[in-house]
This record gives sequence, C-alpha cells and structure tokens, in this order.
Amino acid sequence: MITNASETIASPARPNRVTLRKTLVSCTALGAALLLAIVVMSLLGSEPLPVRASLCALASFGTSTCGLSQDQFDILFQIRLPRILLAAAVGGSLATAGAGYQALLRNPLAEPYLLGISNGAAVGTMIALVFFGANEWTRPILAFTGALAATFVVYQLARGRAGATPERLILAGVIVTTFLSSVIVFVTVLMDATRIRSFTFWLLGDLSGSSRALLPVAIIIAIVGALALTLNARSLNLLMLGERDAFDLGVEVGRVRIVVFLVASLLVGSSVAASGSVGYVGLVVPHLARLSLGSDNRISIPAAALGGALFVIVADTVARTIIAPRELPVGAITALIGAPLFIYLLRRA
Amino acid sequence: MLEARNLTVKYEHRVAVADVSLSLNETEITAIIGPNGAGKSTLLRTLNGQLPRASGTVLLEGEPIERLNRRSISRKIAVVAQEAELRFPVTVLEFVLGGRFAWATHAGWGWETERDLHVAESVLRETELSELSARLMNELSGGERQRALMARALATEAPILLLDEPTANLDLSHQATLLTLVRNRCDQHRAAALVVTHDINLAAQFADNILLMKQGKTVHYGGPAEVLRPEILQEVFEIRVLVDAHPVTGGPRVTPIHEPIR
Repeated sequence: MITNASETIASPARPNRVTLRKTLVSCTALGAALLLAIVVMSLLGSEPLPVRASLCALASFGTSTCGLSQDQFDILFQIRLPRILLAAAVGGSLATAGAGYQALLRNPLAEPYLLGISNGAAVGTMIALVFFGANEWTRPILAFTGALAATFVVYQLARGRAGATPERLILAGVIVTTFLSSVIVFVTVLMDATRIRSFTFWLLGDLSGSSRALLPVAIIIAIVGALALTLNARSLNLLMLGERDAFDLGVEVGRVRIVVFLVASLLVGSSVAASGSVGYVGLVVPHLARLSLGSDNRISIPAAALGGALFVIVADTVARTIIAPRELPVGAITALIGAPLFIYLLRRA
Repeated sequence: MLEARNLTVKYEHRVAVADVSLSLNETEITAIIGPNGAGKSTLLRTLNGQLPRASGTVLLEGEPIERLNRRSISRKIAVVAQEAELRFPVTVLEFVLGGRFAWATHAGWGWETERDLHVAESVLRETELSELSARLMNELSGGERQRALMARALATEAPILLLDEPTANLDLSHQATLLTLVRNRCDQHRAAALVVTHDINLAAQFADNILLMKQGKTVHYGGPAEVLRPEILQEVFEIRVLVDAHPVTGGPRVTPIHEPIR
C-alpha cells in the first residue's frame, strides 16, 4: 500500500525531466527548421530568383545550374548562401557563448555584447585591421585574445567578497564596454576616412561586408564550441546553482571555468571577427531555449546553438530585405528584439 | 571515517582554525558549537578539501584527502550548506538529481540512470518532498528549500555528512525531523555526521560528541554531558547559563540567563 502510494506520487515528475530522447527530438526539430530556413531565406532578397530552379540548384549543391542564369547562380551561391551560412555560424556561436556565460556566472542576464566581451573582440579585430591589415588570419586570433582579456576583466570586477551579484556583473560589463568603446574610437581615428563608414556598420554587427575566407573557420568553431560546452553541460547545471555547491557535489570547478572561458571567448572572437558585434543574440536565444525546454544545459545549450543560427539567419534576411535594395546592419535588428527582452528580464530579476 | 589532525587554517594572516583535531566515526553525530567567528564553518569547509590548510592533515578513510580527486571525495562526503543560489528555474527533482553527479560515468555529459532516479525518489520521500518534486525550487518556502538541500545531500549516498547550520530556516517540527533524518542515516547506513549549529539544545539532544570552539581553538571535545557544563559555556559565550536535566531525555538542557547590565 505504502509503496503504491509513493510510486504514484513520484511518477508525475518523470515527464518533466530532460532525457536524451527529449534532447534528440528537440535538436532534430530545430536542425530541420534551420535547414528549411537556410533554403527559404536564400530565395528571398532584392533580386528575385526562380523558386523551382533555385531549389534544384541548391539540392545539387551547386553542381548544376538547373536553368538559372549565370548572374542568378552567382547571387545564390556566391552572395546569399555564404552570407546565410555565416549568419548561422555567428548566431550559433553567440547563443552558445551566451548560454555558457549565463551558466558559469549564474546570471541569466550575462551576454557577450552586454558584458563588453564583444567589444574586447572588436578591439582585437581593429588592431589586426590597422596594424596587420594584409593578413586575414590575425583578425580571429586577435579577436579571440581581446574577448578572453575582456572576459577575465569582467569576471574579476564582478567577483565581490560576497560573490558576483547580477547587478554587479552588469555594472562591470558597462564599465568594460564603455572603456573599450573609447579605445575603439581612438583606433578609428587612426584609420582613413573612407573606411570609417563601413567600420561603423561593422561595429553594429553587419554580415554584408564579411570575409568569405573566414566562413569555414567560423562554422567549424561554432560546431566545436557548441559540442565542447554541451559536453560540460552536467557540470554547468550544478555551477548554475553556486560554485561552492558544485564543488561539494564533485565538479572540478576550476577546470570547467577555464574550459567555458576559453570556448566562449573563442566563439565570440570568431563571430566578431567575421561580422562585428551582433548584440543580444546570446541573451534572447538561450532565454527562449530555457523557457521552452527547461534550464538543463544538456538540452538548452545545443538548442540555443541551433536556435541562435536560426534567429540570426532570419534577422539578417529582414535586415537585407526590409528596405531593399538598401540594407540595415543585422545588429540593429537583433538589438531591436533583444533590448526590450533585456528590460523585461531585468525587471523580473 | 574522516579524521582531522592538528588542522590550522589561515585567511591571509588571521588564524581562523588553530590546531584542531577531530574524528568522525560510523554511526556518530558530532556537533560543532561556539560563538560567531569561532571558525566552525571554516573547519567544515576544510574537512572536504575546499579551503587550503596551513598545516595538519585530513584523512578520508585513512587516505590524505589531497590525493583523492573531486568526484571520489564527493561520493564519500556530502555537504549541506546554507541556501543555494536560484536564479534559474530548476525543479525539485532536477535539483535533487544534482546529488548523483559524482556517480555519473562521465563528468560532463551523460544521463541519469534508473538507479539515480530510484535514489532521488526515495530521498524525496524521506524528506517529505515527493509531492513537490515537479515544482520549481524558487516557488518553495525557505523550509522546503532547506529540505531539498538535505535531500540532495542524501542522494549522494555519501557515508559522511557535513551540515552547516542545517536547521537555520526550519520551524520546530522540521528541525527535529531533519536531525532525525541525519540520525537515521547514521544508524541505518553506518554514516557519520558533523553538524555546525548555534542551537546548543539541539546539539545536546542529537549529538554523540560535541566540539566546542572559540577563536579557532578547541575549548572542549567530548560527550554532551562533559562539554555542556555551565562553567565551560559561561567562559566561552560570556553569558550566564543554567544547565539542568532535560525533562524528557534526561540529557543536559542549556538556558541562557539574561541579566540586566549593571
């Protein structure tokens, strides 16, 4: 009798728990949506493309023109598709990094852009452009270095004797952001006037002028980074509830902290080097992932990675079509969605 | 099971714990009492290897604790500290399953086994939280959260429990329930427990041994009747106390006497 009663009480909790099955199903669904978005968004743009022929060409992975003119073919494969794939890499990277910072810093408001980490990467990228302009590879490397340095500084500033409170972390982010903004102004002055406009756009987060050479690197880093953080998800679940508790329960806190710092900085560095500071992706997407799938990082990190890719692809399509043939920087769109959500989260916290 | 020999812990130059020795044995509850700042929590944090020692050794089942890795220590020692930070929505069941981390085959990835779920469900029953298992932690009352912390510690199945003021948020009946849980662990699973507390009478009632500390030093270490003597407590807490026999248990009962300041 007693055993029966307790079993019926305990069993309703089981469906709420995150399982491998639930994770695989959610990620497969998000992956399918991402694939669909890549195809659909590549058909949208200021230059209309014939739908059937474009789909045929996409399905052949560009080996057949399927009756598209050379211009149309080039628009599809040289302009739109690389840009969409880059948007996916940038979105996936930023959302994964955001989810990682949030778990590690135990703060749902932590976000690479708001913490000044994107600005750190931007300073690195600018230094690379001004001093090593000829060498494209110095950009992601210096962006990574800048992101890592900014992460370290924010973390140290936010850690008070009583631990890092959410408010303290955001304040530390503001300090780092404004300081690095003035560094950016100084570096901008060193540039010639013709580059300043494209620079301002790039700073706001812009996928239009991005370098194609960095595309494969950005995609690889996004995938590897998301996997690396997912593989630490169970430790992050405990870290989210306090470093001390996590330590008591067997988490090697120091090691996990270093992994997350390095991986998240790498993700932010590669996306900033490719597209500037696209803001709020790391805030909006992990929040939505947690809201719909729960706080368990084993599901929310991979879901955020896929969802982030989806989000930036859609945002960038809006940015390049809404006032076509002119374009907005994608960062303006993501901030338009993200800033109100940030205020909402801040009020709730 | 867990033994500390001549432990000294320093914060920069201040000595927080000075030359303290103690040993936790199977089926025994040891209570640490003493005024604020006596080094009670510091001592507890040093015993599970979290704070560095200036000198002395901590032996876990005969082995120096620094030779063991984090997860194998956590399979042996569970800690119940003060409240967890809850800025993310986590269900009670998810929270309690956190106690199974040290048993996972993989430190980062991996999923709870049937056994993990079974253990979680049984500790939820023990702590009377079964009905709340699908609720979010931040919807619970302070007392329920404290019980969830206890449940998570029990879920580790560690034979050594370190509890830092576990009854601070609990009402009278749940204070006793919680310490009864600790008592049962010790009796039925041959566990050992160390409880840091400000409640001297609770210590008198449940502890087999009491370590009385002041300014980082051991003042007295022994059975409740030995340690809880008026002249000793008066000296340590700087207040007059009355110690008489508890009407039910017959153990020592401590009542502070607040005299008007002359």
